[in-house]
Amino acid sequence: MPRRTMIEAIRDAMDVSMARDERVIVYGEDVGFFGGVFRCTQGLQAKYGKSRCFDAPINESGIVGSAIGMAAYGLKPCVEIQFADYMYPAYDQLTQEAARLRYRSNGDFTCPIVVRMPTGGGIFGGQTHSQSPEALFTHVSGLKTVVPSNPHDAKGLLIAAIEDPDPVIFLEPKRLYNGPFDGHHDRPVTPWSKHELGEVADGHYTVPLGKAAIRRAGSAVTVLAYGTMVYVAQAAAEETGIDAEIIDLRTLLPLDLDTIVASVKKTGRCVVVHEATLTSGFGAELSALVQENCFYHLEAPVARVTGWDTPYPHAQEWEYFPGPARVGRALIETMGA
Amino acid sequence: MADAGMLRFHVPEPEVRPGGTPDFSNVPIPKAGSAPRPEIDVDPRTIRDMAFSIIRVLNRDGEAVGPWAGLLTDEELLEGLRNMMTLRSFDARMQMAQRQGKTSFYMQHLGEEAVSCAFRKALAPGDMNFPTYRQAGLLIADGYPMVTMMNQIYSNEADPLKGRQLPIMYSSKEHGFFSISGNLATQYIQAVGWAMASAISNDSKIAAAWIGDGSTAESDFHSALVFASTYKAPVILNVVNNQWAISTFQGIARGGSGTFAARGLGFGIPALRVDGNDYLAVHAVAKWAAERARQNLGPTLIEYVTYRAGAHSSSDDPSAYRPKTESDAWPLGDPVVRLKNHLIHKGVWSDERHAQAEAEILETVIAAQKEAESHGTLHAGGKPSTRDMFEGLYAEMPPHLRRQRQQAGV
Repeated sequence: MPRRTMIEAIRDAMDVSMARDERVIVYGEDVGFFGGVFRCTQGLQAKYGKSRCFDAPINESGIVGSAIGMAAYGLKPCVEIQFADYMYPAYDQLTQEAARLRYRSNGDFTCPIVVRMPTGGGIFGGQTHSQSPEALFTHVSGLKTVVPSNPHDAKGLLIAAIEDPDPVIFLEPKRLYNGPFDGHHDRPVTPWSKHELGEVADGHYTVPLGKAAIRRAGSAVTVLAYGTMVYVAQAAAEETGIDAEIIDLRTLLPLDLDTIVASVKKTGRCVVVHEATLTSGFGAELSALVQENCFYHLEAPVARVTGWDTPYPHAQEWEYFPGPARVGRALIETMGA
Repeated sequence: MADAGMLRFHVPEPEVRPGGTPDFSNVPIPKAGSAPRPEIDVDPRTIRDMAFSIIRVLNRDGEAVGPWAGLLTDEELLEGLRNMMTLRSFDARMQMAQRQGKTSFYMQHLGEEAVSCAFRKALAPGDMNFPTYRQAGLLIADGYPMVTMMNQIYSNEADPLKGRQLPIMYSSKEHGFFSISGNLATQYIQAVGWAMASAISNDSKIAAAWIGDGSTAESDFHSALVFASTYKAPVILNVVNNQWAISTFQGIARGGSGTFAARGLGFGIPALRVDGNDYLAVHAVAKWAAERARQNLGPTLIEYVTYRAGAHSSSDDPSAYRPKTESDAWPLGDPVVRLKNHLIHKGVWSDERHAQAEAEILETVIAAQKEAESHGTLHAGGKPSTRDMFEGLYAEMPPHLRRQRQQAGV
């Protein structure tokens, strides 16, 4: 089976979707001729023409607003926001328009759009190229939010998102584009070509939205993670020797609560990990759900390991990033509680 | 030389406030028929002055004059009059129904009926409007059933939107009427996207974007003009300048540009200003813009100069911020009266027939209202179910919503 980077897998997902369905349109800043600043759309304009893959003005609310209009017409736009940090001008269009169009018109108009955006830090991007705004989307009724953690899933989830009849936010952990980064920033990253989840089948396949994956089976403690933190949690489990069960959520909304609950009931312990800030982060939702559904099985308080409640700093990137040492400490504390 | 030193902060003010004498002498009104009618493939740079003038067809004597006249038959004009009268009558009844507590909220069109009623007739089937909350004439003029509108206003058991939307936030894809958001300006760029999609699909349909004078200040307006101009989208960019954004006079959004139409000039978009109370002028200019869009000539920006003679909404009291007699002083008159006078001048209408039509229309509106009320009003009779609240958010209900619906006991 061919091995692909996450960038190639994402590009392949759009390629496959554009070939199968001429309603699929791809655009965004630097997306057309150049192929995107992370090269996710490279070659698509040459292959499908300028009406199906094109450059957009630097105007995120315009990109998303026009995509909503296109979807109302009957197309299926898959647009790129260059960095998740740039999505705020489009937030009004996403939350009050895309999310609610089906509901408010009782299905008269629908909004099958995908909004892709690179998320997370680890590239010395400072406060405006490192954010993880997923909780701002999961808090909104009417959106679906997806965070893939590997090339195989990225392709299957993106095709599923494009085929989904409702708006999907597709957050691409940029630190995973080229390999399964585990938080050890001082070591080289294994390329996807040497990782089994870098195996990406040709052609069409989907990974269903709303289904988590168990990345490491274990019996001592459940770790809930997504995106980059899946590999950080794996490193922490290995380094502490704690038999953690690591769940890669893959889709935050709809959430695969069944998989979470079954695991926590088995292990009796839970650590929630994300790169985004702590307060009102998605971890708060996860923690509350575990408490509501697994209270009588819990042996220890649910722990959260997250980015600090500050803007993402530049020079202090690795002090901010919840790396394997911090996750490992949380695992040890949770086991000792 | 201006005095250097202390800076002064500038906040524009309307000419007159409550208690003052209305004065529109600063609104220059060109003579009807004086504006030229350019070819549709005109170089926008050569008609920049049209963004500062006003295209008018009906003169003070009720005659249709000039190069923009003569597009509509007597029958079409009579239908236009009937549509505007219907909208006015509908508004009066629904405003009253709101006061009677049958619904929570209402927004009327008083004085602005020509804009949406005439515009609708310039479009073809399949074209799509992205309206604001003050273009119900698009529905009335397209034959959308009044009773369905009322069911929506009452949020009753027959409400096509299942009680989810604020009154008057209609949606009808079939009638080319995009779901009204209630957020201002968001629909403007969506209309451009719809038009881009039509062009991408090599279709023949065009879109129409709608916005009020106040909301042109939103960034979505700028987004729409950038995208429309960049991709030459087949879209008509309508700005309804009714002088007032709730209590804020249009100068606060307009600033120093002179007119809202002039906003289009920097984008190379042809920009026309039109007498919004002149049914014939609105229709003729809309038709011109529609033809341009359909011929791949790109977007047109149209500013309709009109006046919001009523309150902003049922929650608003204009006497707190503008003179009570200001609407009487509005120099472009009343759209219904002006079209009526034109038809009388043409010899196809009379005061008697007008009064008779008014009575007939009122009867039709009341009959529709009775039928709608048989399905319930906001606080009485049939209403959408609690189940409807949970449904229709996603194509397929996700597990967390199913759980919440069960918790709610439905």
